[in-house]
Amino acid sequence: MGESKSQKSVEVNAENFSECCSCSCKNIKTILAKYGSDRVRLMDILIDIQTNVGCISKESVKEIAENLNISKVDVEQTLSFYHFFSEKPTGKYAIYLNDSAVANMMGRSDIAKALEEEVGCKFGSVTEDCQIGLFDTACIGMNDQEPSAIINQRVFTNLTKEKVKLIVNGIKNNFDVNDIQIEGYCQATHKLITSNVCSNIKKEGPILTKDMKVGDALKKVILMDPNDVIELVKQSNLRGRGGAGFPTGMKWQFCRAFKDEKHYIFCNADEGEPGTFKDRVILTERPELLFEGMAIAGYSIGSDEGILYLRYEYKYLQNYLEDVLSTLREQNLLGKDIGGKAGLNFDIRIQFGGGAYVCGEESALIESAEGKRGEPRDRPPFPVEKGYLQKPTVVNNVETLCAVTKIIHQGPKWYRSLGTLDSTGSKVMSISGDCDNPGIYEIEWGFTVNDILEMVGAKDVQAVQVGGPSGSCIASNEFKRKLAYEDLATGGSMIIIGKHRDLIKDIVMNFTDFFIEESCGSCVPCRAMTVQFKNKLEKIYRGNGVQEDIDQMLEWGKVMKMNRCGLGHTAANPILTTLKNFRELYTAKLQKTDYVSEFNLEEAVQESCAAAGRIPNLGGDHE
Amino acid sequence: MSKKIVATTSLAGCFGCHMSLLDIDERILDLIELVEFNKSPIDDIKTFTKQCDIGIIEGGCCNSENVHVLKDFRKNCKILISVGECAIMGGLPAMRNNNASITECLEEAYLNCVSVQANEEKIIPNDEELPMILDKVYPCHEIVKIDYFLPGCAPRADLIWNALVALVTGNEMDLPYEVIKFD
Repeated sequence: MGESKSQKSVEVNAENFSECCSCSCKNIKTILAKYGSDRVRLMDILIDIQTNVGCISKESVKEIAENLNISKVDVEQTLSFYHFFSEKPTGKYAIYLNDSAVANMMGRSDIAKALEEEVGCKFGSVTEDCQIGLFDTACIGMNDQEPSAIINQRVFTNLTKEKVKLIVNGIKNNFDVNDIQIEGYCQATHKLITSNVCSNIKKEGPILTKDMKVGDALKKVILMDPNDVIELVKQSNLRGRGGAGFPTGMKWQFCRAFKDEKHYIFCNADEGEPGTFKDRVILTERPELLFEGMAIAGYSIGSDEGILYLRYEYKYLQNYLEDVLSTLREQNLLGKDIGGKAGLNFDIRIQFGGGAYVCGEESALIESAEGKRGEPRDRPPFPVEKGYLQKPTVVNNVETLCAVTKIIHQGPKWYRSLGTLDSTGSKVMSISGDCDNPGIYEIEWGFTVNDILEMVGAKDVQAVQVGGPSGSCIASNEFKRKLAYEDLATGGSMIIIGKHRDLIKDIVMNFTDFFIEESCGSCVPCRAMTVQFKNKLEKIYRGNGVQEDIDQMLEWGKVMKMNRCGLGHTAANPILTTLKNFRELYTAKLQKTDYVSEFNLEEAVQESCAAAGRIPNLGGDHE
Repeated sequence: MSKKIVATTSLAGCFGCHMSLLDIDERILDLIELVEFNKSPIDDIKTFTKQCDIGIIEGGCCNSENVHVLKDFRKNCKILISVGECAIMGGLPAMRNNNASITECLEEAYLNCVSVQANEEKIIPNDEELPMILDKVYPCHEIVKIDYFLPGCAPRADLIWNALVALVTGNEMDLPYEVIKFD
């Protein structure tokens, strides 16, 4: 992960290395004290140091390890795992430009070029004065307003060459990024959000509609028996909205059944699946709905602590969300003796990630929240039995918890009346790519792909990527399929790919690179086969592929099931689903022989001959 | 039925796979009934004297001579088998493929290494007669078409034997779990 691609290319002038990355011990001590020198809060400690200093040096690692009473390796393994942590300086202004497929479709390469010109250094490096660093990053959840970049936690969307000029100019004049003013951006939703990110809600459904007073559902719940609350959720047939679709009520019931001194509620807001940005919009527009849902979940399973695991890319929402939380505390909807009910306590804290797709997997998310590498755990035991700090834990998606609040407020019968029989309720969809109106659409389950394409103004569609890279890429013969768990299941994203795109190069290769980068490295097929897949793909794309290459990829696809988690299971999906649905794009590039070698003796011996000072002797007998 | 003709070679390998072939013990007598050896270190025939049916390749390609021999095998054998980790994936020699260029490898070996004592002229071997080193170690199937792969380091004698017998007799290969289990 981060330790491979994102950091190896950082080049910094050796002379100024130490001064680029100097952090006084006093600083670190303050940060460590802030988190009570708790090893579980290592993520927060690293985030604070990275934010303040721009890197986490060897000295800092030593200081942290001594203070937390863990080994340096414990610190280093967490540090090296996450994309946004760096042992090397990333500059006073670290510019992370999104490199997702849709960003590239929307003109990312021109922006990258403009940035390199204006800043004066290449991507993957830092300017000599250590002021500005340029880096690639995976999808930052802004697919409906690409190209976009994160600079010191502020998000800049819809970038143009002109905006790049203004931004870099502001940086060179030493402005705080939050003070850089750019005209033409949509207004921020709230004064505590300085990033000009548009919410782009194009269609409101039952979840997004503001039709209830904050706290009404929670006040209703605390008069009920927790088991009856779980029963209501079960009656609604609500299933997890993160993608896997596990019945929510059942998950709560399992967790409640495990007796322990402490239970935890996690909200999974890691939203790393490229093309998905619905949670970002819900968190911006309806955060109270989510927090109320977490409190309801907490009451139901007997938990007094909720943790919102929020991806680092959304750190710009921190002040705003903290403000919402304190308002809820003031209203006695969080904190102690909630709703005046003595002894009923529940509070929520926000845990940030450090940039790692795999942390969207619930057990990896828990590991990360414990301050460790985000590697998925072996299951069983499932988190409902042994989750965060080995205590029973429920992990629910943002949208799931919002739905809970509405279900309690309006009743399971109402919820069942929406959607289809097996997929009740609605789905908030993130729509991006080649269409007139990208953004957020909340639809009832049962809409067909065609319905949606028409709704968003998509013409000349070649393919639709449903559910992000880990989902499937479908062709027009499947556009009549319904979005529902029983037909075309989705975690909530659709990327529309026009007929003018080069599907293999623009989409499949980008997604495959994404999985190579994001594999945690634990299981061999996920770590190594993804690279082999990429090599094959490139060979075919260069026009040197043969039928056997395709046959081999199909065979290898079966091996991916050996991986431990969902990331590994689906890491070859971009290739496998396009091989299934767009085979002709591949076969058209194949050579009609049974074997092609790309080996070139002349090129292969060039370097060693130069090193030894001899002239390559390629005589005829090599042919 | 005339005997099938077999050729073998060790490219960038350690001869361990050939040793494993010899581990078929007394079955070598049966083997001689089944096949005739042509170019091979086993009978010390240095060049192909006739077209062969089966070529057994040990080791990957780390230099121009390996490439030359491998292409020669492809020309002279109907079926080629990559035998062992090095032929299939580069094996131990391919460790140099990571993180170091061939220039760095050669400089370390001949100029900078602490054990280098008598190379005052700082020469990296450059005699015209020497094979040229490739930029990295290549598995055989990236250079020529390989028909079959027998994994292992080295593959067990039983695996090599079973594969050879199946090929020669045209029967299905006997592949019990034990012969492809590696630990």
